[in-house]
Amino acid sequence: MKDVVLEHITKSYNKGAVRAVEDVSLEVDKGELFGLIGPDGAGKTSIFRILTTLLLADSGSAAVHGFDVVKDFRAIRSRVGYMPGRFSLYQDLTVEENLSFFATVFNTSIQENYDLIKDIYEHIEPFKKRRAGKLSGGMKQKLALCCALIHRPEVLFLDEPTTGVDAVSRKEFWGMLRRLKEQGITILVSTPYMDEATLCERIALIQNGRIMSVETPDNIIASYPHALYAIRSENMNALLHDLRRAGEVASSHSFGDHHHITFRAGGEEAVQQNLLQRLREAGHRELSLQPIRPTIEDCFIQQMPA
Amino acid sequence: MNREIVIQTERLSKHFGDFVAVNEISFEVYAGEIFGFLGANGAGKTTAMRMLCGLSIPTSGQARIAGYDVYKNTEDIKKNIGYMSQKFSLYEDLTLEENIRFFGGIYGMSSRQIKAKSDALVEKLGMENETKKLVGALPLGWKQKIAFSSAIFHDPKIVFLDEPTGGVDPITRRQFWDLIYEAADRGITVFVTTHYMDEAEYCNRLSMMVDGAIKALDSPANLKEQYRAASMDEVFYEMARGAQRKAD
Repeated sequence: MKDVVLEHITKSYNKGAVRAVEDVSLEVDKGELFGLIGPDGAGKTSIFRILTTLLLADSGSAAVHGFDVVKDFRAIRSRVGYMPGRFSLYQDLTVEENLSFFATVFNTSIQENYDLIKDIYEHIEPFKKRRAGKLSGGMKQKLALCCALIHRPEVLFLDEPTTGVDAVSRKEFWGMLRRLKEQGITILVSTPYMDEATLCERIALIQNGRIMSVETPDNIIASYPHALYAIRSENMNALLHDLRRAGEVASSHSFGDHHHITFRAGGEEAVQQNLLQRLREAGHRELSLQPIRPTIEDCFIQQMPA
Repeated sequence: MNREIVIQTERLSKHFGDFVAVNEISFEVYAGEIFGFLGANGAGKTTAMRMLCGLSIPTSGQARIAGYDVYKNTEDIKKNIGYMSQKFSLYEDLTLEENIRFFGGIYGMSSRQIKAKSDALVEKLGMENETKKLVGALPLGWKQKIAFSSAIFHDPKIVFLDEPTGGVDPITRRQFWDLIYEAADRGITVFVTTHYMDEAEYCNRLSMMVDGAIKALDSPANLKEQYRAASMDEVFYEMARGAQRKAD
């Protein structure tokens, strides 16, 4: 069964001046952990708001857990959990009060579904008497997740839950999502961090309101159309400039301690050696060039319209 | 490399009541260096940065920023640094031109200086057609480039960048780092925080804050060797995992 279906959804703002979502079609299976991967302004939040029945699309149709987002909006609202990108709990209620408020609104109690949030709630329980507004970023994030889960939703929508969160807390958060998935909850999560894409079962790469591809991370990587190489030298900045001037190099992008490059014509051994020779002559020391497997970020860059 | 020291701290600390937000940090940053200031949420980075920018008086310890004392010369510090963060950088309801004029003005540049430099800047950014547009209407990637350019418009000794690249697309993120390298080549010291570990690799040196203290400071290559890690991501994880303080 498909738990989330979007068919040709389009949404614009300011009388059509801002085209936020352009003809997006997408299906998420029941129990799937699905990622929307793209930068700010790609249209991720508009899609979430349409699916959670908070925003009407200009055209197209969408359904969540079998219910139409327009006709059956009430049925959807009681069956989904939504964690917006901006912290939107009650800052002047305590941790405990927020949680019990959301439980009450959904006609349930903290006790009834405690097993679902136990793992997460234990992190913030020592601060249950603290006002939500006084919590740290990481703890706010965990409380928001608990509040989105307290009515045991069928589908969970998480809009950039890890933005601005450090690498350790991000890993922890993804661990929580995997455990929720094991409980059968369908999760649609968005992130601007490309390295998180591989933690999803399937992902959609999205840019300027358009979906560039929908696949498993492995398949997206496998469909990268070029041979990709990692190159480095002692002076990485100068190397990047020299690579951009090299005629045989089709693309060069910095990736941490290496630059990732593709060649125009396949990059045969001779072409590579010639490039290395010229770079050596240009004064580069400790040069190394090796073939590598693309990352999701390489794929995203490759698929971005020029 | 130029070894002129532009940031020097010695046992710099900040307490809030019983809470030691920054615990005796001592380090030096050199002119033209790209210095990464890393740490988990809550490690004390923001508090430390506020002291370095002259916005918060330390509880104890010493620090000189661009030669000025963080207790006595906070106004001089502010004139000699630039600052940009993802959260605040430009006035959305001013045009591109007005923003540049505003930032030039508050840093004490003359109208003539501002005019001459802003024309050159707009041309360099390729935004000649956007000067009369409200900044709020420009794409995020453009805004960030303008914000960075405004932060170094008055040729400060040091520019502080607090998570400057959050949320932008991968190409824009890289173009942004081109601007950072260019600024460093011109001798501007870049002091940057980021949650992207690949960006940590672009820094000449990195410091890693854990529970208010600097637990490591070295080049990315040396840190990876020391922690026998394949990437900065692993180094960060190893170090931050041991933190006692819980988030923010």
